[in-house]
Amino acid sequence: MGNFGQLMDGFAVALTAHHLMIMVMGVLLGLVVGVLPGLGAPNGVSLLLPLTFTMDPISAIILLTSMYWGALFGGSTTSILFNIPGEPSSVATTFDGYPLAKQGQAARALTLAFTSAGIGALTGVLVITLLSGWVANFALRFGAAEYFAVYFMAFASFIGMSGGSPFKTLVSMMLGFAAATVGIDTISGEARLTFEFDELIGGISFLIAVIGLFGLGELLLTMEEGLKFEGVKAKLDIRVIARTVAEVPRYWATLIRSALIGCWMGITPGGPTAASFMSYALGRRFSRRGRFFGKGEPEGIVAPETADHSAGSCALLPMLALGIPGSATAAVMMGGLMIWGLSPGPMLFTSQPDFVWGLIASMYMGNIIAVVLVLATVPLFAFILRAPFTVVGPLITVVCVIGAYTVANHMFDVWLALGFGIVGYVFKKLDYPLAPFVLAMVLGDKAEDSFRQAMLTSDGSPAIFFSNGLVATMMGLGLLLLCLPVISALLKGGRGQKDGAAGAPEGRSA
Amino acid sequence: MPKHALTALALYLGLAAPSVALAEWKPNRPVEFVAAAGPGGGTDTFARVVQSALSKNELLTTPIIVSNKAGGSGAETFIYAKTNKGDPYKLYFGTQDAYVLPLANKLSYSLKDLTPIAAMVFDPFILWVNPKTSGIEDVKGFIAKAKEAPGQLKLGGAKAKEADETLMTLIEYSTGVDLTYIPYKSGSEAAIQVAGGHITANVNNPSESVEQWKAGVQKPLCVFENERLADTTVIAEDLSWHDIPTCKEAGIAVDSFAQPRTIWAAADLPPGALAYYTDLFIKAAAAPEFKAYQERGAQIPRLLTGDAFKDFIKKHEASYAEIYKRNGWLRAEQ
Repeated sequence: MGNFGQLMDGFAVALTAHHLMIMVMGVLLGLVVGVLPGLGAPNGVSLLLPLTFTMDPISAIILLTSMYWGALFGGSTTSILFNIPGEPSSVATTFDGYPLAKQGQAARALTLAFTSAGIGALTGVLVITLLSGWVANFALRFGAAEYFAVYFMAFASFIGMSGGSPFKTLVSMMLGFAAATVGIDTISGEARLTFEFDELIGGISFLIAVIGLFGLGELLLTMEEGLKFEGVKAKLDIRVIARTVAEVPRYWATLIRSALIGCWMGITPGGPTAASFMSYALGRRFSRRGRFFGKGEPEGIVAPETADHSAGSCALLPMLALGIPGSATAAVMMGGLMIWGLSPGPMLFTSQPDFVWGLIASMYMGNIIAVVLVLATVPLFAFILRAPFTVVGPLITVVCVIGAYTVANHMFDVWLALGFGIVGYVFKKLDYPLAPFVLAMVLGDKAEDSFRQAMLTSDGSPAIFFSNGLVATMMGLGLLLLCLPVISALLKGGRGQKDGAAGAPEGRSA
Repeated sequence: MPKHALTALALYLGLAAPSVALAEWKPNRPVEFVAAAGPGGGTDTFARVVQSALSKNELLTTPIIVSNKAGGSGAETFIYAKTNKGDPYKLYFGTQDAYVLPLANKLSYSLKDLTPIAAMVFDPFILWVNPKTSGIEDVKGFIAKAKEAPGQLKLGGAKAKEADETLMTLIEYSTGVDLTYIPYKSGSEAAIQVAGGHITANVNNPSESVEQWKAGVQKPLCVFENERLADTTVIAEDLSWHDIPTCKEAGIAVDSFAQPRTIWAAADLPPGALAYYTDLFIKAAAAPEFKAYQERGAQIPRLLTGDAFKDFIKKHEASYAEIYKRNGWLRAEQ
């Protein structure tokens, strides 16, 4: 295996005291950035970029990627503690992470998230190591129709898997699509749904919506409940961490399934956010404990976290090999690459093997360091939850408002986030699921673009979605996922008990 | 202190301060570079290269912060400029988009809200195909293929009704062929679609497709310039940028269609600051980091400042307005 020889050379490059120090620094910075909603990994990495101009490219990329890992881990922290996703990709972690933390098991929830995230990330890096040459060629086979098929699968798995009223899911998803169309349309170049507000011409930032819907919406709900939330009496037992780490291998089926989904979505253009949603939805469907999802089920944390991180790692591969970033943060790093004088593309692997394999080696190290560091912060974060709501509530409000402002330094965004807060409150009061809204907002415009590009390419014939084996398989799988609940209901008749998800009244999640 | 002494002091300060500022304005706090593109995009790289050239050579010693306002195809940046009238600590980086965007869309800013500082360099445009999947080897083959099946040849580019699509309509107009334009989010995305054989051709800046050229999945057919590019270093297939024919000599009669990389400030920039920045960017253009960037992108070194830049803007805007009018893209006047 030539790849392994090169990986060893890579380790020789990455494993120096200097680089290890850079990794620790990067991970710590990333944690801070990830914990603050609104700041996020892309912003953090772009703030750090100027520092790297004087470094050599390999040290620079190690710093930036380490920060990325740190931010991915940090993003899950606020999802679990306060129901505010620090990163778009950790939205799905709130569904079970927050309820589990509310039950007084914050330390367990955090440890579950971090450990499974670490496993996901290492799987992702392993895939990169083994398949780097193949993946670059495979990704070239993705035209507009194939892109659409990937998004279609994500949507289909979500509609097909979600419980509650299908009508409410559909309404929520359609509203999400509407929010995603705001701004200038890629295909026609026209402004849509901006109502001549300058602030809306750039579209509605997904982060703003999430801060409002989840963070502020939850706050309003808690306040209505009469400030009952008096801090969770979390026992600060360090042994919980060790016990939880030992517990994780029990979820091996969910781990494998989620890691596969994550790698697939990272290599194809789905990205980490879609991966975590899809993995959560499929987890609910196929896990034996699926019917407990949404109520603080450990597997409901493991599934999205594993997928999120394996997708995050894999997303770097298309960036290096094709110059197509798989996530927003990868786009910033790609900008860095060009400034350091490296051109991402098919030739990077042969022209700069030291750089590429040094980076891949550093991904192993960086993630291990990140898991260790982040586990060390668990007691600290779990402690925060013991504070009474009168302290935490205002703090969350401040964090949300600052977060909304930092996304683009627009005051308008703060009002928008407050608006979304009210929407989130109403959604929850009327028992409409939020997840389809969020998913449609993330993938809506991408799915629309690729659908219309495909139709332009085929002169309006939908046959393009079944024109080759790859796209036909993906569309077929998507349709199957979409119809699965109907099929299984037909097959099982009245024995509905087993798919609890389909019938059981849903809590706060999708 | 006697009253008249105070008055005199105030008078002195009032008179002297502006002239001091005029003579030697210098930034004394961080300067923000706002790029009218997302991270990794052409304009973003441009802004960051200028940033690195300035800070590495200590041409500008206060910190420089690059931010991205890519919304509305970059319009967000210039709308932001409008709200920062007279602020010398914010500079805006773009292309011709600064004056072309308001032609097609109803936007709340116009060229009057901006102070032009410099066009640092020009990016040429090249017509690319995938030689393996399309069987096209040169411009003749391209035109023949397009004529064979009108509307069937798919050409990709970045966004709608911007430089790439404009250039495609110029190709159609001058050769009489009928092409179908497919807009993507970025030029590199369109390049990958060509490399993967999903669409036939794309128009692009050299830097966005050079790696695909080296890998043999894209081939440059011609460059939309009046003269060939200068660089004679061999890139791929024993060819250099200089070996690519101009589109004119190869049979597509389109004049030079280079894209300026421009720097702006908001309207009412103090004259001292304008003089300072003009001088600063002339120095930055000569810095080794910027030279390396020029070389990598096979760009055309042409620096415009002051009146020369203003004249260029006027002409460039008029030529775009004419093409937009012909294409029916001008926004409806209210």
